[in-house]
Amino acid sequence: MSDKFSNKPYLLEVRHLKKYFPIRAGFFRRIVGQVRAVDDVSFAIREGETLGLVGESGCGKTTTARTILRAIDPTEGQILFRTAQNEVVDLAALSEKEIRPLRRDMQMIFQDPFASLNPRMNILDIVGEPLLVIEKMKDRKQRMERVAELLELVGLRPEYMQRFPHAFSGGQRQRIVIARALALNPRLVVADEPVSALDVSVQAQVLNLMKDLQEKLGLTYLFVAHDLSVVKHFCDRINVMYVGKIVESGPTDAIFFHPRHPYTSALMSAAPIANPRIRAKIVPLEGDVPSPANPPSGCYFHPRCPYAEEKCAKETPQLEEIAPDHLVRCHYAHELTLQGVAKPQEIIAS
Amino acid sequence: MSDDRVSEANQEAQEARHADLTALSEWNQARLEDEREDAAAIHVAPNWKLTWWRFKKHRLALVSGLVVILLALIVLFPGFFSTMDPHKSRAQQSFVPVQRIHFIDDGAFRPFVYGIVGRRNPETLRMEWKIDEEKKIPITFFARGFEYEVLGLFTTNIHFIGVKEGDIEENPIYLLGTDRLGRDQWSRLMYGTRVSVSIGLISVFVSVFLGVLLGGVSGYYGGVPDLIIQRMIEILQSLPAIPIWMALTAAMPRDWSVEQTYFAITLILALIGWTTLAREVRGRFLVLREEDFVMAAKLSGATQSRIIFRHMVPTFYSHIIATATLAVPVMIISETFLSFLGLGLRPPAISWGVLLQEAQNLQSVAIAPWLLLPGLAVIITVLALNILGDGLRDAADPYSH
Amino acid sequence: MTPLLSVRNLKTHFFLDEGVVKAVDGVDFDVFPGQVVGIVGESGCGKSVTIKSVMQLIQKPGRIIDGQILFRHHDEAGRETIIDLAQLDPHGKTIRSIRGAEIALIPQEPMASFSPVHTIGDQIMEAILLHLDVDEEEARRIAVERLHEVGMPNPEQRLNAYSWELSGGLRQRAMIAMSLACNPRLLIADEPTTAIDVTTQAQVLNLLLTLQKQHNMAIIFITHDLGVIAQIADFVVVMYLGRVMESGPVEDIFFNPQHPYTKALLESIPSIYAPAGKRLPTIEGSIPHPFSRPSGCPFHPRCKAFMPGVCNAAIPKLKAINDRQSVSCFLYDHAPAIVEGS
Repeated sequence: MSDKFSNKPYLLEVRHLKKYFPIRAGFFRRIVGQVRAVDDVSFAIREGETLGLVGESGCGKTTTARTILRAIDPTEGQILFRTAQNEVVDLAALSEKEIRPLRRDMQMIFQDPFASLNPRMNILDIVGEPLLVIEKMKDRKQRMERVAELLELVGLRPEYMQRFPHAFSGGQRQRIVIARALALNPRLVVADEPVSALDVSVQAQVLNLMKDLQEKLGLTYLFVAHDLSVVKHFCDRINVMYVGKIVESGPTDAIFFHPRHPYTSALMSAAPIANPRIRAKIVPLEGDVPSPANPPSGCYFHPRCPYAEEKCAKETPQLEEIAPDHLVRCHYAHELTLQGVAKPQEIIAS
Repeated sequence: MSDDRVSEANQEAQEARHADLTALSEWNQARLEDEREDAAAIHVAPNWKLTWWRFKKHRLALVSGLVVILLALIVLFPGFFSTMDPHKSRAQQSFVPVQRIHFIDDGAFRPFVYGIVGRRNPETLRMEWKIDEEKKIPITFFARGFEYEVLGLFTTNIHFIGVKEGDIEENPIYLLGTDRLGRDQWSRLMYGTRVSVSIGLISVFVSVFLGVLLGGVSGYYGGVPDLIIQRMIEILQSLPAIPIWMALTAAMPRDWSVEQTYFAITLILALIGWTTLAREVRGRFLVLREEDFVMAAKLSGATQSRIIFRHMVPTFYSHIIATATLAVPVMIISETFLSFLGLGLRPPAISWGVLLQEAQNLQSVAIAPWLLLPGLAVIITVLALNILGDGLRDAADPYSH
Repeated sequence: MTPLLSVRNLKTHFFLDEGVVKAVDGVDFDVFPGQVVGIVGESGCGKSVTIKSVMQLIQKPGRIIDGQILFRHHDEAGRETIIDLAQLDPHGKTIRSIRGAEIALIPQEPMASFSPVHTIGDQIMEAILLHLDVDEEEARRIAVERLHEVGMPNPEQRLNAYSWELSGGLRQRAMIAMSLACNPRLLIADEPTTAIDVTTQAQVLNLLLTLQKQHNMAIIFITHDLGVIAQIADFVVVMYLGRVMESGPVEDIFFNPQHPYTKALLESIPSIYAPAGKRLPTIEGSIPHPFSRPSGCPFHPRCKAFMPGVCNAAIPKLKAINDRQSVSCFLYDHAPAIVEGS
């Protein structure tokens, strides 16, 4: 899969991104500690590619996504973005005002379509907002035409534009959210769990829509999700995050079937597969995800890792390329043979 | 055998219950179809319409709303609703009892009040008043009476009710009796309503302004401004309100005019009352700041002021109206309380507190219990505003379900 | 074998100002001893209301208006009688003696289910003392045993812990220990893994299956996740808008689905094994609002096999189409009820 994009330029390159949230306490709200939500994350996305960001809750995947769009200001690091004029700018270094014109190039699809639409605005105003504030499209009629176009693009009837969000179902709302994201012809779309709040029977519609739009408009997706089968279906490459760090990064098939990090392996084998004949004979991971406010020493995964050695508690491993386009953060990545998602033929054979 | 009969009875009961439920659900179905026609209206209904639809269902609040509208009319046009000059005293006619309005005269709608005759008790030398059923004083609508100013714009002498022109001095009507100095209590109550309710409204208005401004700054920006404002609120809230009011009002120079004291009191009430509202607004901002739709607006390139005024404020202004409505009665009671103690407004100003001050004297209450009636006005107003506020609060958020 | 729990034509409706919500509108299924029954469905399908009805936890304006919930109840003397839970007073003594003892519940949100001001030990022991005739010493012993069973490290010490001191996974374990306190014969799990992460979810599912074998209890497992259902259930009940669309053994449901809804639902979830980038088959439209239920079969407006004049005219009954599966669909309504000599 990754070959398809290897000759494309990078659209986004994130370097050593950090986001620490201060913990305050007391009468004068003094800083007493830090939550390292995103802790030195680096990756890149090529044009037209879909990169998945997976991990369990609290691993920092959503914070990473939001920091890239500067919805949250990063603590440290660079967010290099190639603009439509083929210039590379560091989003992390720009002020709120300087970044505003760049917003037309990057947009977001949110997880909860009930929270991400202002209940007090109708669809025309919601979808038309970016047109009004960035494109300065003051003429209402012109805006209506564009909104109608967008609604049709996402499979909604343009006549609905006078309606308020409460008149729509979850799936329809998510289409509205997508329409708003596409209003300014963005090139990068960050999708933060776009289908996890939707009913199963509606998820496929939205996933198909996003795929179609990618082909039609040449979009690049950063796809944040925790549902592994959705990620497998949708992404070309995957970054696995654990406690604010990327532990493994590689092509989708490699991550799913030949993981090289013990955490990825545990995550993949824990995925509930909709096939009663593949009842995972897994040894589930013991313990819980540590708090990013107080992570363990050395490799953050060592307290739960079945392969942990003395070294793992002392030294922090670095992200290392062990195969083309396949990076792993583990001291023993070369020595371990790990299991990915169970394959049907393996199960049937045994 | 008996088991069979029991189960048969059970079955019958169940069938009856079934029939009831079927009827019920059919009725609901029919109603549902009616509503489906409205469904299209609901889809395009903006927020205020949804709020109104919900508010309409709350009967008691609706009635309270009417009471409040009436109060507002009195506040705007107290002269129109009075019958006599509230400041004019008639030494001869002190403690005249309530003259009740009779609406039906000889089977026709012809409102009137009975006249009164006074006789001096030779032992106590006190005037004793009696209803004179011989004499009927007819009441007319839009009658001419004393001259008054309308909103400071022009003067007129038209009153909602009164007696035949020029008759008022001969045949005065005292709908709520008179006080010690023979002043008409009904008219004094009208003017007192204007002062007391407007003090409540204005001080709440100032509180809302301060509360939204400081709470908004605190909630939206956070950090140091938040720290300072929150500590300030904590200090203000830790001060005991009553002694502070008393100290501040006692510090007002005695020679201040009625208007000056009026504004001073309003300001004092507002300066102490904004803290609760500021906390509420701050809380809303803190919650809203994290809402996805606010972030979406930011990502759409909206400026900070657009985010605040187009996205955040509209989502809680209905709550502010509700909270403010609930705060008005508190202010009214505070004013009444201060004036009652003689610390707030003083005669010749008229307010509910000043009126009730008249009822401080046990002896006058024994002779003239109607002097307590302004207290009833306070109760009705406070209840109406509270119920209205509750109704508004419940209706304000159609998205809570 | 007689079922432990048998739900027959259960109807639970909610009478709201805006109209009637037929949350559960004719549901049938059986639970046999030692069986894991998975009830799967999307939002508004009535799966949660169904189990709340079974436990008589329906609150106003909701009411069970029809149907039977037959349960094999063991009374104090140990005799077995079949009672209809639907007929019991929701606040009566009988249901209270069944709830928590014979039928236990694992709720969706373990944080909200523990009181923050009592230790978990106190809360587990309270449940034991309420239902079993034991003294405090014995109750403590049982509580420790249960915590040990669910894999809680240092169970004696954890008795004195408060729920907020435990991590998410341990809290879930404590919750399971509490629901097992009185050795229930039926355990109802209401989406117990939606609020937790994949790796913790795997732990919980493993634990539940182990405990189920040890105690030989029956489990009703409610979820919207077909993956979880495939991993845990023996028998699957597929619900849509308050009705059972199809029920059958898990293998048949996943490999030989009969109802158009089951088929479409299974096709629409992305498979880990399918090559990436393919378009997914979809189910058109969205789930109707509870106030505007379609007439006839609730699925007909979205169904590919919709037969005009048939599906929108009457509600199909749940009928056995072979010796394992039952389907409520007019495609099968003409077939003989049970296939002979298979």
